[in-house]
Amino acid sequence: MDFSQMFQNIFRLLTEYWHVYLLEGVKNTMILTVIAVLLGTVFGSLVAFLKMSRFKIVRFFASVYIEVIRGTPILLQLYVFYFILPELFPLLNFTDFIWVAIALCVNSAAYVSEIIRSGIQAVDKGQTEAARSLGLSNTQTMLRIVLPQAVRNILPALGNEFIMILKETSLASTFFIGDLMTSHKIVAGAEYLQLESQIIVGTIYLCITFPLSKLVGWFEKRMANPNSYKNHNRKRALMAGGRIGEK
Amino acid sequence: MEMIKTVDLHKSFGDLHVLTGVNETIHKGEVVSIIGPSGGGKSTFLRCLNLLETPEKGHIFFDGVEITGKKVDIDLHRQKMGMVFQQFNVFPHLTVEENITLAPKMLKKKTAAEASEMAKDLLNRVGLLEKLNEMPGNLSGGQKQRLAIVRALAMEPDVMLFDEPTSALDPEMVGEVLDVIKGLVSTGMTSVIVTHEMRFAEEISDRVLFIADGNILEEGTPEQIFHNPTHPRLQEFLRKVL
Repeated sequence: MDFSQMFQNIFRLLTEYWHVYLLEGVKNTMILTVIAVLLGTVFGSLVAFLKMSRFKIVRFFASVYIEVIRGTPILLQLYVFYFILPELFPLLNFTDFIWVAIALCVNSAAYVSEIIRSGIQAVDKGQTEAARSLGLSNTQTMLRIVLPQAVRNILPALGNEFIMILKETSLASTFFIGDLMTSHKIVAGAEYLQLESQIIVGTIYLCITFPLSKLVGWFEKRMANPNSYKNHNRKRALMAGGRIGEK
Repeated sequence: MEMIKTVDLHKSFGDLHVLTGVNETIHKGEVVSIIGPSGGGKSTFLRCLNLLETPEKGHIFFDGVEITGKKVDIDLHRQKMGMVFQQFNVFPHLTVEENITLAPKMLKKKTAAEASEMAKDLLNRVGLLEKLNEMPGNLSGGQKQRLAIVRALAMEPDVMLFDEPTSALDPEMVGEVLDVIKGLVSTGMTSVIVTHEMRFAEEISDRVLFIADGNILEEGTPEQIFHNPTHPRLQEFLRKVL
């Protein structure tokens, strides 16, 4: 293999197509990922609470949703949202991009709901007992005692979910919806330079995911320190215009 | 005056019949210690008193009200029953002060200023005033347990329930916690204490209950229980622990 030729090709592709990779591909990939994780978190929180409901039937439906989504390939789910749902609901005049975004949200929500549920259940049961023994109601206990502690279990896992979804958006390129992998297909197809373009997009993916995973790791470490709560409280005190502890 | 009364209290965990019809009355101002072998039902009995465990059968009366009845707002009654746990269960995301003031403020028993004033007063009593703005993660086990005690006291309860308050502590910290409990019961606080500290139980209790095999097998003054035990199970238990 002629490496110098390969480097020249990569350089050429970058100068000629950088906007296709970055302005189109990375932009759309980020948009898809952010939408999927944000809405996935909102919807996933709801599912998490349904899964912890005291009514068996509600728990059952939440479980079915989670198991179906987590037990089938995301590519299959994308097919369903891309081919079947638009047929079933012809009145919903969504673009392909939107259908794919919805599919990713639905997928992400299932995973996020499990992240949230396990984050909540990982909070020591004694915390709930102590709060209830003081006379706090179930809801008060959840809001003031359990959730603030669960957040530190949940946030790092959500960061990992963000990285997962970011990579999984590449499957959406099956439908040419303009993500980074679509950019690769366009450029590689036009220039007949598969390997070179693969190296470029691979590097771009890595450049995004690697710092993110480092950030998640740093965050996890910080969360393990008991004093990290202090900063959170200090921020809250500042926001409330309150006085900061003397320390 | 009757403070807590249980009638025919039953509790099972699966096939395990943990409480087999306990009848007991705790009077106002009384200090009652509960001793007995592990797995005998001491903690379960205590945790039933504020319904952290729901009994399958039987009745619990608190201050004349049946809290096991339907349509009872247990949260309201729990405000009057302080509880201290073996594992402290202080709130790690709140400062020492917030640990104490959270419940009184949330449940509208005190204004923020009153609650804060009381927190300082209580912390001062247990020698933790300088920890006011610390996070509980920086406290020792003994300090955490003292914090847990004053957190419960901040609700101005009518009765305090202690569930093996020193069992999770390093030996050198047991004393400081027992001293706080001693100080508290000397003020006349009605207390029910599950404990493995026999000398402590003998010293502070008005009455001692020996619970084993799911029921109270013997009860009496510390003198009777520790020096003239009659039930063979109690005699055997004391031989082992003393």
